[in-house]
Amino acid sequence: MNSNEKRNIILKNYQDNTNRKDIEDKNYIKINSRNTSCIDNINIYIKFNNNVIEDIKFNGEACVIAISSTVTLINNLIGKTKNEALNIINNYEKMVDGLEYDKELLKELVAFDDISKQPSRKICATLASRKIKELL
Amino acid sequence: MNREDFNMLKNNIVYFDNGATTLKPNCVKEAIDDYYDNYTANAHRGDYKTSLIVDDKYEETRDKVKKIINAKEKNEIVFSSGATQSINYIVFGYFKYKLKKDDEVLITVSEHASNILPWFILEKEIGIKVKYIDLNEDYQVTIDNVKKAINNKTKVISLAHITNVVGDVRPIQEISKIAHENNILLVVDAAQSIAHTRVDVQKMDIDFLVFSGHKMYGPTGIGVLYGKYDLLNEMVPLNYGGGMNALFTKDGYIELREVPTRFEAGTPNIEGVIGLSSAIDYINKLGINNIEHYEQNLRKYLIDRLKELDFVEVYNGNNNIGAIAFNIKNVFPQDTAIYLDKYNICVRAGNHCAKILSDAIKVNNTCRISLSFYNTKEEVDLLINVLKNNKNIYNEIL
Repeated sequence: MNSNEKRNIILKNYQDNTNRKDIEDKNYIKINSRNTSCIDNINIYIKFNNNVIEDIKFNGEACVIAISSTVTLINNLIGKTKNEALNIINNYEKMVDGLEYDKELLKELVAFDDISKQPSRKICATLASRKIKELL
Repeated sequence: MNREDFNMLKNNIVYFDNGATTLKPNCVKEAIDDYYDNYTANAHRGDYKTSLIVDDKYEETRDKVKKIINAKEKNEIVFSSGATQSINYIVFGYFKYKLKKDDEVLITVSEHASNILPWFILEKEIGIKVKYIDLNEDYQVTIDNVKKAINNKTKVISLAHITNVVGDVRPIQEISKIAHENNILLVVDAAQSIAHTRVDVQKMDIDFLVFSGHKMYGPTGIGVLYGKYDLLNEMVPLNYGGGMNALFTKDGYIELREVPTRFEAGTPNIEGVIGLSSAIDYINKLGINNIEHYEQNLRKYLIDRLKELDFVEVYNGNNNIGAIAFNIKNVFPQDTAIYLDKYNICVRAGNHCAKILSDAIKVNNTCRISLSFYNTKEEVDLLINVLKNNKNIYNEIL
């Protein structure tokens, strides 16, 4: 994937508001994720159906990398079992850390592979994944 | 003006984050080098030549600080690590012992965290009440609102002279008059004003004043706590150790040194004091009135140019001094800051340590430009041109 394609994916998902909304439904578990060293701050709402992630929504304020990586991750995780989701996040973290990872598993998340070369943006790219991983 | 005095400006940067810290003129670095190269010694300790030079320079700086804020006496100046430590000293060394349960302290939502959190902690510790003076539609403090906020339980008003996000100048002299008519003490945070406008503690009749050296072209880690002598004389030291005691005996008897030395326990930040001394000389050489005049003109130019851009929202265009808070509409401020950084334009994005201000301005985060006399219209023009190209923002930052 060249840098233009990566940028297009990041921008497309940044502007995708399908899953960007606050949820009052008590069937969703609400978690907050923020980066204290900058100003990213989002709420994430996850609905499980037994072992499967049935739905994820989020809302809040954050930079383009944080929002877009959240959208892209959510798109990938919905419908997955907890173990599958954990595996995706673990691979995503490996990619962000510049380690070997499974590209097939990450789908559009590979658009963020350059983050491994920008240490200061790692906290942006993992704003959602860190907290969702804790929950899993 | 005087750009040649700042080596940092040779690095092809546009530095618009002077509210966070200012760049340092060469004379400040040279003064610190001179201390380390030619007269390194501790202060108030030795009987040898270099140590005496340190003593002289250290106390001479206290005198320069006294003059720059027009304090009545040199011993009303305490050196600290910065404005934050100074406010904490005032709150926990003085007011903790003077206030009682239900006494009220007035602040505003646009104060810096350092002028809010110590009061919150005192609220928890001894049961004082932190109350807020309402801001007007331009987020400014008005005399009417100060009067409205005062009641017979109000004992302290603690305000920034100029706030770090909104950039409004508070009418300190009038506030102090009202405060003192009501037996209220006035604490002023001058961190954002000391390098940009005249601060006169006698004329403004300020009880306690704080500021940091690094926001006035001096080094980091040095700051000032000013207090009227009678107040400082009743302040309790928070640090005990060398340099601050006159005598102590085996049975626990301690006799303290005089004010202000009793508040400067341990080896002080000597290089910081010497750097601050040079920074004060530098400001005096330029003239604070010249600095203020230049910066006001540049600020007006910047606001006028920003207002030409219909995709930019400016939140505090009506003030004539201090920081400018803005956003590119529909762009997260940190993305704007990263975009500007691609052109070596340094601005701050965030809530600027004023986390409860967002309730008032209805915007959580902004980009902030804070000017200095070394900024120029050409730099403003560059900023405007880069902002005009903002359609490219995501191409540039991704």
